[in-house]
Amino acid sequence: MTVIQEFEKHLLAKYLRLERFPHIWCEGCGDGIILNCFVKALDDLGINMDKLVVVSGIGCIGRVAGYIKCDSFHTTHGRPIALATGIKLANPKLTIAVISGDGDLFAIGGNHFIHAARRNVDMTVICSNNFNYGMTGGQFGPTTPLDSYTTTTPYGNIEHPFNLVHLAAAAGAVYVARWTALHVKRLTESIKKALQKKGFKFIEVISPCPEIYGRRNKLGKSIDIMKQYRQISQIRHGYDPAKAEITKEKIIVGEFIDIEKPTYGELLQKQFLKIQKKVMGG
Amino acid sequence: MSRRRLAAPVVKRKKLAEVEWKVIEDFCKGCGFCIEFCPVDALEESEKLNAKGVHPPKLKSEDACIGCGLCERICPDFAVHLEKKVSEGEEEQ
Amino acid sequence: MTMHREVLTGKHLMQGDIACAEGAIAAGCKFFAGYPITPATEIAERMARRMIEVDGMFVQMEDELASMAAIIGASWAGAKAMTATSGPGFSLMQENIGLAVMTETPCVVVNIMRGAPSTGQPTEGAQQDVMQSKWGSHGDYEIIALAPASVQEMFDLTIECFNFAETYRAPTFLLADGFTGHLWERVVIPPPEEIKTVERKKPVVPADKYLPFKPDEDLVPPMACFGEGYSVHVTGLTHDELGYPRTTDPKIQHELVNRLCEKIRKNSDKIIRTYEFMLEDADIAVIAYGIPSRSSLSAVKMAREAGIKAGLLRLITVWPFPEKQVEELSNNVKAIVVPEMNCGQVVREVERVAKETPVHFSSKIGGEPHSPSEIFEVIRRAAKA
Repeated sequence: MTVIQEFEKHLLAKYLRLERFPHIWCEGCGDGIILNCFVKALDDLGINMDKLVVVSGIGCIGRVAGYIKCDSFHTTHGRPIALATGIKLANPKLTIAVISGDGDLFAIGGNHFIHAARRNVDMTVICSNNFNYGMTGGQFGPTTPLDSYTTTTPYGNIEHPFNLVHLAAAAGAVYVARWTALHVKRLTESIKKALQKKGFKFIEVISPCPEIYGRRNKLGKSIDIMKQYRQISQIRHGYDPAKAEITKEKIIVGEFIDIEKPTYGELLQKQFLKIQKKVMGG
Repeated sequence: MSRRRLAAPVVKRKKLAEVEWKVIEDFCKGCGFCIEFCPVDALEESEKLNAKGVHPPKLKSEDACIGCGLCERICPDFAVHLEKKVSEGEEEQ
Repeated sequence: MTMHREVLTGKHLMQGDIACAEGAIAAGCKFFAGYPITPATEIAERMARRMIEVDGMFVQMEDELASMAAIIGASWAGAKAMTATSGPGFSLMQENIGLAVMTETPCVVVNIMRGAPSTGQPTEGAQQDVMQSKWGSHGDYEIIALAPASVQEMFDLTIECFNFAETYRAPTFLLADGFTGHLWERVVIPPPEEIKTVERKKPVVPADKYLPFKPDEDLVPPMACFGEGYSVHVTGLTHDELGYPRTTDPKIQHELVNRLCEKIRKNSDKIIRTYEFMLEDADIAVIAYGIPSRSSLSAVKMAREAGIKAGLLRLITVWPFPEKQVEELSNNVKAIVVPEMNCGQVVREVERVAKETPVHFSSKIGGEPHSPSEIFEVIRRAAKA
């Protein structure tokens, strides 16, 4: 049996562009796990793949759009959320998932993130947070911890990182969760929940980058990083996202926000009907 | 906080799903996640080397796997997976 | 079901920006994303009011980068999409304009040009972004740009832009100067059945046989949109006919980039529109576009009265540059005059193509259009030389 023939027997094979495997990601990279959990969520939900659009940005995780067998757009750096807004508003019947990285979504793309969250545009945003810009060789980004070493912080990072779940919640996201790449079952459940919910949903996934961030900061091998997640993760559902820290001693994970709020599309529809009533008479 | 690990089975365990544990050996990059995080410690490194020069995982014994699916999910390379067992009388999918 | 007419048939007194918005709606535009900027804001304001009436979608995005990204997304979701801006916003849009080119996304970008560089003169018209519309994004590519010279053309040429965008699967530009954007003039809007609109080519093969970036004879691939069951992968990376990244294959890059350019060049005869006035026996030809072409018309008449055989070639299409027309003209005239509201942009193309024929350039920046006598003076100088 060829490798492709073996792969065809994988439960999730029918959701993947098999001819493009093996994927480009490093050994132990969290991106492969995120793809795995995302596609399992699709399978569990029996989602209509013809109505799913995956939009990604630039970075290692950005390649995810090319591996899933559905309509997908690999956009310019930082812009997947803006592009996804256009797709969703032009065709509200489509289900939109934006899967991108910490730099793409929160540095160059930060502005688009906060406004889409504020507008409550209906989309699920999954962030692979590996604390650096891996694709370009490991520069620091908006989530890099203080004192970390990257190629552009050779003496240690002096910038405070974002607390992404706090940012998402403050900007208005209706569902906010954080998991690590270790928490595969819970992450899959979160993704399922998010895909079925209306509004702007955000899931942060703490993801190992063993070859670059890990190596440079002496975090050991990928298995050591994952063991560390097991050691210091604390599941705290409903925790105040402002206090949900990531430190060397603890990573607070869980579902922090799960609220209902009218989406941009719903408000627009309401307005449309109101105006239609006025114009058409009655 | 460490998790209590279940000991390797000495008796036949009830499977959570009727599945057969499989590995696409040439996809394996040897990260070791499946071996480390299997809740019933059913996996170990095999002797053989794959095309990448790593030892893919293998089951410790035939009935070690309970079919929970954690290894399938945590494998970043889609190497480890659970194939649905086709029982007699069932149509092949 | 729309609650209001899409085509406002009848005679109107309209502002240029508003005529542009109405042209878009008449062309079938169903998505507008933009950001306020003088002197294009009125387009967004009109769209904010009208899109909902015609079952379309208006969204004011957080910046121009987002606006350009949003119209690309909307186009892939099947909508005819447009944005409108001026110089500073146009600069912000450049990266995603490149994305639209690379992914062959039909969309319309309106630039109501104002005094530049930088923040410049927000309320004064100019023609200082013409070269930028062709070269603004990184890389080699061709675009289509039309230059209206009246409010009627703000309506008509916006429809043309949509038609070109859909035909050639490319971002198409309406390059208006700030004057034309804010001018109030008579516009005649015909009944909907008299307005020709074009829809993008759709695939004729089933999903498993469809190659999203495989071109037809006209070098344009049929376009399956998101949600139609074709599982299209779109990327800004150099890609093959399946749309998959192939960044290290020189042959793929060579073929793709050249096809994206040829797609426009090969079809330039169908794209180029010009207007000729008294060129048959002209010794001096004025080549102009936009607002200066109006003064040029008067200047040509003044020249004729003064015994100079002058004529006007008005460029309605600025990109692709009408090389054949200009070259032919340069062989038949003694000199060419080019008035522009910039420091020399289209005139460089004219010089390149006209070769031996002397070209006299009349630059005027600052916010006042050329007057007919200013252009007449240059014609007179050209005739004497």
